[in-house]
Amino acid sequence: MKVSIIDYGAGNLPSVERALGSLGAETECVTRPEEIAAASALVLPGVGHFSAFVTGLHKRNLTAALRNAIAGGVPILGICLGLQAMFSSSAEAPGEQGLDLIHENVQALPSNVKSPHIGWNQLRRLRKNILLREIPEGAYFYFAHSYAAAASEPHTAAACDHGFPFAAVVEKDNLMAVQFHPEKSGEVGSRVLRNFLEWAQ
Amino acid sequence: MTLARRIIPCLDVDAGRVVKGVEFAGLRDMGDPEELAARYNREGADELILLDITASRDGRSTFLETVRRVAEQLNIPFTAGGGIRRLEDGNAVLRAGADKVTVNTAAVARPELISELATQFGSQAVVLSMDVKKTPAGWEVFIRGGAESSGRDAADWAREGVARGAGEILLTSIDRDGTCSGFDCGLTAAIAAQVSVPVIASGGAKTFDDFLAVFGEGHADAALAASIFHAAEHSIGTLKKYLASRGVAVRLSR
Repeated sequence: MKVSIIDYGAGNLPSVERALGSLGAETECVTRPEEIAAASALVLPGVGHFSAFVTGLHKRNLTAALRNAIAGGVPILGICLGLQAMFSSSAEAPGEQGLDLIHENVQALPSNVKSPHIGWNQLRRLRKNILLREIPEGAYFYFAHSYAAAASEPHTAAACDHGFPFAAVVEKDNLMAVQFHPEKSGEVGSRVLRNFLEWAQ
Repeated sequence: MTLARRIIPCLDVDAGRVVKGVEFAGLRDMGDPEELAARYNREGADELILLDITASRDGRSTFLETVRRVAEQLNIPFTAGGGIRRLEDGNAVLRAGADKVTVNTAAVARPELISELATQFGSQAVVLSMDVKKTPAGWEVFIRGGAESSGRDAADWAREGVARGAGEILLTSIDRDGTCSGFDCGLTAAIAAQVSVPVIASGGAKTFDDFLAVFGEGHADAALAASIFHAAEHSIGTLKKYLASRGVAVRLSR
């Protein structure tokens, strides 16, 4: 199937492209609103600063196109900052608006733990979900972030703990997002991407 | 749920080949970077670091080509560096497929380099690499591949680097590097206590117990080694199983 990877002007797209490509998906990088409107499945990868990310989306006029596509039922997978962008706002950039598809705010990791949270960590499943199908309990995923959304948000499907329980997997109808990097999480990460592709098909 | 301690093999490359020096001098050919990267990815490495140890201007395109080829072998995080002097150098390495970039000598000369990279790519993409040697004055930061003292105190520089936006510290003990006498746990613990970001210990790894010690008394978040893995003396998988059997949280499944 064809997956459109959103290029907002930064971020490591090649590794996401390669990971999806190795699973047999046809990928294209999209930068224009009309390409998003025409997409049958979307991936929103992201690294860096929340402000640069949402500004990058706004500048390219992608915000409305993305919101419309998601409202129209197009399957989307947000990765790392791409998860945080689905929320209303982030403490990393007060005053900047996210996509506001999940009405909650992203917060800084507490100061009593190492930040950024960098490395491999485990998940706690909170409810039945699609992305973690067939993945053994206790599997490790690669995280690299300094901000996170509280796991108490009702669309959280799996949580991770680092200073506080935060949303590691979010599923809200056709909107899916992960705080970790599946493209950097070895074989289990690849399985997450495969689960998304199979479900999106 | 615990954040796993990471085992990170390091490839020092020169002109497209993996090399290994002893105490920062005397290079030996250790193999092909792509082959080694693929092997470590398969054996369960938690990350891979690739360092351009010559870092000459004319060798730049060769290094970027190596970064590109190595990136294709990996589905784990990938850090690259060596000779990063400007924002554009960091950008080139990340565009070639690395997830993080390391800075060393140029950051000592111009610490703003750290903030420039962190602002552009995020702290999680910036690793401050420090080569440290014990001198009568204490633990001192050395630059230019360990050849020259910077006159800076290691803990001081680590704190400043983190304040400027470094997301991790790669801490190499020059005294231990290539000597196979174990990590410098005292140095590692001293720096780890000073900063809020993960510390990767490097220099001196030989036995499985060296790793156990650096994760215990050294308080390291990750441990790096090169020659013991290249020579297939130890497989990463066996090392991780040993650490798990001794109660260290490591990622065993892939």
